[in-house]
Amino acid sequence: MEGDIAQMGQFIGAGLAAIGSGAAAIGVGHVAGNFLAGALRNPSAAAGQTATLFIGIAFAEALGIFAFLVALLLMFAV
Amino acid sequence: MATESTNSNGGTGKTAFLVLIGLALLAFLAAFFDDYSGGLAIHPMDQFEVAPLAFGEAYADVTLSDAAAQEGQVTYRGEVHTVILSEEQVAQLNAGENVAVNLWDLGIQQVRAFTITNVTMWMALAVLSVVLLMVVGTRGRAVVPTRGQSMAELAYGFVHKMVEDVAGKDALPYFPYIFTLFLYILFANFLGLIPGSFTTTSHIAVTAVLAAAVFITVTVLGFVKNGASFLSLFWVSSAPLALRPILAIIEVISYFVRPVSHSIRLAGNVMAGHAVLKVFAGFAGAMGVASVVPILGVVAIYALEVLVSAIQAYVFTILTCVYLKDALHPHH
Repeated sequence: MEGDIAQMGQFIGAGLAAIGSGAAAIGVGHVAGNFLAGALRNPSAAAGQTATLFIGIAFAEALGIFAFLVALLLMFAV
Repeated sequence: MATESTNSNGGTGKTAFLVLIGLALLAFLAAFFDDYSGGLAIHPMDQFEVAPLAFGEAYADVTLSDAAAQEGQVTYRGEVHTVILSEEQVAQLNAGENVAVNLWDLGIQQVRAFTITNVTMWMALAVLSVVLLMVVGTRGRAVVPTRGQSMAELAYGFVHKMVEDVAGKDALPYFPYIFTLFLYILFANFLGLIPGSFTTTSHIAVTAVLAAAVFITVTVLGFVKNGASFLSLFWVSSAPLALRPILAIIEVISYFVRPVSHSIRLAGNVMAGHAVLKVFAGFAGAMGVASVVPILGVVAIYALEVLVSAIQAYVFTILTCVYLKDALHPHH
């Protein structure tokens, strides 16, 4: 019974941690959307900034990855 | 594609293409020697299992469970296995001794440092493909490049420009390392998309080694190039003085978290994509005639995975460039 409750807690915690993935999706969308908004105002400058775009996306995504990591740890390592 | 080409110019490119296809087919056949159980019930995580292909044999002293000694049943790590014993071993058992049993005979294969697994095989194939692309691509050195040469040149130019733009001109001596990383990850990702193959980059063990190599290289390089002033990377001199110690702590944490996010980003993206593919494949198996819909879904996700494979290789490389820039110019 105790083990069951602990496992339930693990699964609930993993599910809650997965919310972080959605939050990271919002962040990535924000980066890409703002890039597009800027790029459409000045298309000639856009090509030089794609590297920055990907770096920004990667950093925004990193925190989603930590949420994913927490979920994984809860599922398999605790 | 390759078979339609009749111009003599595409000779080397054609050969390279055919050899690549051949390698892929060979690996595809080899994948069938795994005890891969098909069928409709597909578990999305089964594809990530590491299976020994050779040198997985292991001997161990095991004790026969007392009750079932007659049938030759062996308990090993709490599990009961059936094994055929020689007369000698039976005599040993009757004398109450432990018996050395080949774990391979029990169906137990251990993955050890020298065991050739499907992971090592696909990593070797990725390396072979990279070598093949570059060797065949640079053999002709024609002014009007063939397809193989064109691919090699485009990849080279792409990564060269990336290193120059992101990390700066003085990072160019480290270009070969970054180029190797890019090509290896790209080919490992693409080879993993062959149905029945194994995606090496979906394992954190593989990507963690790549990320740790980058992390150690960059840190050592930073100290070698800048000495102790490399630590000014953590001292944000543009911030107000009162904030700097707090920022320094955050900077140090974010520095040591880099290899974690670096490795899990690649492995997580690739693993999640492949798991989704298998989930949709499972739907297709369970839905009968209506499985047209999930099959179309699989096609769409597969196309997305091709994109993700390339983008993740790009992101891994570009982050390496960013870290390299920090190591070469640590001053904020």
